Amino acid sequence: MRETTPLWTPIALLGALLVLAWAAAAFDSVLGTALRLSGLGDPPREVARLLVQQRRRTPSADTLLMRAGVCGLPVVAVLAAAVLPLGDRPVADLAVGVVWFNAMEVCVWGSLWLTGWGPDSVYPLIGGYRAVAQGLAYELPHMFALITAALGAGSLNMSDVAGAQRGLWFAVWMPVAFAVYLVSALAMAFWGPMSRPVGSDIAGGVRAELSGPDRLVFQTGRYTLLVVAAAAAVPLFLGGGGGPVLPPWLWTLLKTVAVLAVLVWARHRLPAVRMDRFTWLSWLVLIPAALLQMLAVGIVVL
Amino acid sequence: MTLQSVAFWVLAVLSAASGVAVFVVDSMARATFALLTSLVGVGLVFLLIDLSYLGVLIVLMMVMEMMVMAVFMIMYMMNPAGLMPMKMVHNSRGAPLIAAGVFLLLVAGVFLAPWPRRRGGPPADPTHALGLSIMGPKMLVMMVVGVAILATMISTTVLATHRGRYDGDRPRPRPEEGR
Repeated sequence: MRETTPLWTPIALLGALLVLAWAAAAFDSVLGTALRLSGLGDPPREVARLLVQQRRRTPSADTLLMRAGVCGLPVVAVLAAAVLPLGDRPVADLAVGVVWFNAMEVCVWGSLWLTGWGPDSVYPLIGGYRAVAQGLAYELPHMFALITAALGAGSLNMSDVAGAQRGLWFAVWMPVAFAVYLVSALAMAFWGPMSRPVGSDIAGGVRAELSGPDRLVFQTGRYTLLVVAAAAAVPLFLGGGGGPVLPPWLWTLLKTVAVLAVLVWARHRLPAVRMDRFTWLSWLVLIPAALLQMLAVGIVVL
Repeated sequence: MTLQSVAFWVLAVLSAASGVAVFVVDSMARATFALLTSLVGVGLVFLLIDLSYLGVLIVLMMVMEMMVMAVFMIMYMMNPAGLMPMKMVHNSRGAPLIAAGVFLLLVAGVFLAPWPRRRGGPPADPTHALGLSIMGPKMLVMMVVGVAILATMISTTVLATHRGRYDGDRPRPRPEEGR
């Protein structure tokens, strides 16, 4: 850490994450109800319903592992968000922020697998293994996209990466890396086209047996992950808090909301992709494309 | 005690205790994640000595490694997917003797070895220094090996994904033939 951040920044971060997660859920609901604004009330109704719902239990469940998985989801989302600059500085200004973000987001695989394993029930188990397969498929191009941004900035620190885009956004001169990042952002939150781990074809997959507060924590974690995935695109590719007139924190917020809206919208426009087909696409198209992009950026930087 | 030494002892006890738990629990899943907890604890200790790149990389790699292990667990276990309770130790009489012997040997090594004195100070940017010391003189070899590993991985995937359950070239059996 370079300098200590004021005490209110972690609180502001948590507040912003919760509000944006709620906004994402509400927007998703509105899109799902043919743009009827009554969808805006769905998230609070769902929260109330889950809070009073009785827990459903399965015989010989491994409750410890399941709870660890469910609670891990929001925890790793917040830990990943800690290195993202809120305006000028992040809550934790790690020198290797990009790697930290990557590590926290890989922990999501563990969380999903544990949540799927815990109930000792077949559909969640299948969902858990789908999550691992999908993780292995998206992770390599995703890492290359992150490294390309870090290479362009010559630093693994998120603030430095954002600061290196004063002249030109990385999204403009490394479009392939940005596109790969957006695909993997969907996969990080197992959202939309990448939602097979919680697919309706296996009765909700990982979350099939979750009910009551467990399900509430899981869903909160999932929406928070979606927000964090969208928010990370801002310092990595969209110039961070840079912009005219408005203060940096407001630019960061506006850009995050824009990316988040695109991700939520994608769920309603794109079909879910099977993991083995996505592996094909990811390893045979996205990895070579990301490598060529990295080569191009490497040559420019040299 | 400083905050750092408190953190060190907490992480050290956590790592050792979850290392023991690997052999005590009766489920493959619990053993896997106990081992992961232990290794993540070690990774976090690296953060305390300012080797943040190595520390975060250990956490990243160990989580991925344990998830890959979960895949293999379901593929190769005789006990179906490790779903049944099972004992995590083999050779329960010989193993403690061997383990105790190795432990005593290592402890003796700690006290008998002539430890070198520290020379020089830590570099300003440990990540940069680490990269140079690993890659510096052997850059070409590392690059070639890296590309070879990646090519192997991609060609393995090409061979594997072609024969998906629903994608093969073989015509599917008709329902009446299928029984």
